[in-house]
Amino acid sequence: MGLEEVKVIGSRVSPFAARVMIAFNIKCVEYELIEENILNKSDLLLKSNPVYQKIPVLIHRQLPISESLVILHYIDEVWASGPSILPSDPYDRAVARFWAAYIDDKFFAAQLAILIAEGEEGKKGAAEEAAQILVLLEDAFTECSKGRKFFGGDRIGYLDIALGSFLAWVRVIHKMCGVRLIDECKNPKLFEWAQHFSAHVVVQDVLPETDELMDFAKLFVAKLHKPSG
Amino acid sequence: MAEELKLFRTWSSPYSLRVVHALKIKGLEYETILEDLQNKSAAVLEYNPTYKKVPVLVHNGKPICESLLILEYIDETWKQRPLLPQDPYQKAMARFWAKFGDDKVLPSIWTVFISQGKEQEEAIAPAAGNLKFLEEQLKGKKFFGGETIGYLDLAFGWMANLISILEEIVDLKLVDPEIFPLLSTWMNTFSDDPVIKECWPPRDKMVEKFKAMREPYLQRTA
Repeated sequence: MGLEEVKVIGSRVSPFAARVMIAFNIKCVEYELIEENILNKSDLLLKSNPVYQKIPVLIHRQLPISESLVILHYIDEVWASGPSILPSDPYDRAVARFWAAYIDDKFFAAQLAILIAEGEEGKKGAAEEAAQILVLLEDAFTECSKGRKFFGGDRIGYLDIALGSFLAWVRVIHKMCGVRLIDECKNPKLFEWAQHFSAHVVVQDVLPETDELMDFAKLFVAKLHKPSG
Repeated sequence: MAEELKLFRTWSSPYSLRVVHALKIKGLEYETILEDLQNKSAAVLEYNPTYKKVPVLVHNGKPICESLLILEYIDETWKQRPLLPQDPYQKAMARFWAKFGDDKVLPSIWTVFISQGKEQEEAIAPAAGNLKFLEEQLKGKKFFGGETIGYLDLAFGWMANLISILEEIVDLKLVDPEIFPLLSTWMNTFSDDPVIKECWPPRDKMVEKFKAMREPYLQRTA
């Protein structure tokens, strides 16, 4: 592999991998996607990320970097001449990092909870928990966007990528479970933001179509329900 | 304009200590507000409504939460004595391992601490597995940050403080110097650093506190 070649071990179904791909699109950097079957992990993945054995992994200058939010920082710092991903002001960066960490801590788990919920009561409980998270994220949008289209202002930034990467799964959860995570009435700003984000050129060919993702989602949920083996 | 810097913290929290050490290394003056977690102040609830936790650093009225994010903020705002490496790859590694520490190392050590009997025996291997990764990261280095204390040393600093306290309480070696020689040496070197030593919470109070924290778990299985 050439020294400057960029490889991403990822998958179209992974929102975390989507973050990396969107970031490279923003920076106009070409990369090779090594599509991983996350239900049957490859030796390359296990070797490149022995700690977590998860995607995405970025391989640059023959060195692997794991954890999507760490990768986003790396991309922003290495390809510094391209459009910025993190805000320039240290306080705005701290706020963006806070909410991105919150999304990984709470929002991801809330979505999983809806997908694996048993019965209507279970699903309702999981949906209510998720709704509270969205209320906070709507407020975060107001604070960060300062009246503009994206969390990052006029351009897609770190926090847009952190949340927006989940939009394909948000659509799947709506279609599969009947739960509307980003509601036009309850979360009007995020609803509008989601449309801008999904339509943006750096995002368009990254997030999978709902039906494509739903096929995978069904397998994924079935595996979560099965006892480990 | 004079900088106004306030740190809301507890006297013993490892997360708070990270920020105390960082501010000390940077040579920054600030006001400390000690919090009682059983009776949180209105200020903390206002500054950190999402998690209602400390530490919170307030700089000119603006709050920054989450200790590792506070370290990054401090490093980016005050450029003297850098905490994070300059090289993007080394920086990425520091961030990765710091998160690993909080997500995996600390919880796995805590599980050994609060469990007993068979449950405790079974908790030892995962904790040791996590520590092995850290041991490897120290190869050829005095500190995780290289020659001087850096972000990752501060992120793992809780180990240098807390491990021997937990070991004393459960009468079990959590970081055996024979199995983890580099980690053990690092814990001593870190603790002996004058900047770090100055800010260590009193050991006897810590032992008392963590013994009390363990009690409910002992009652549960009794």
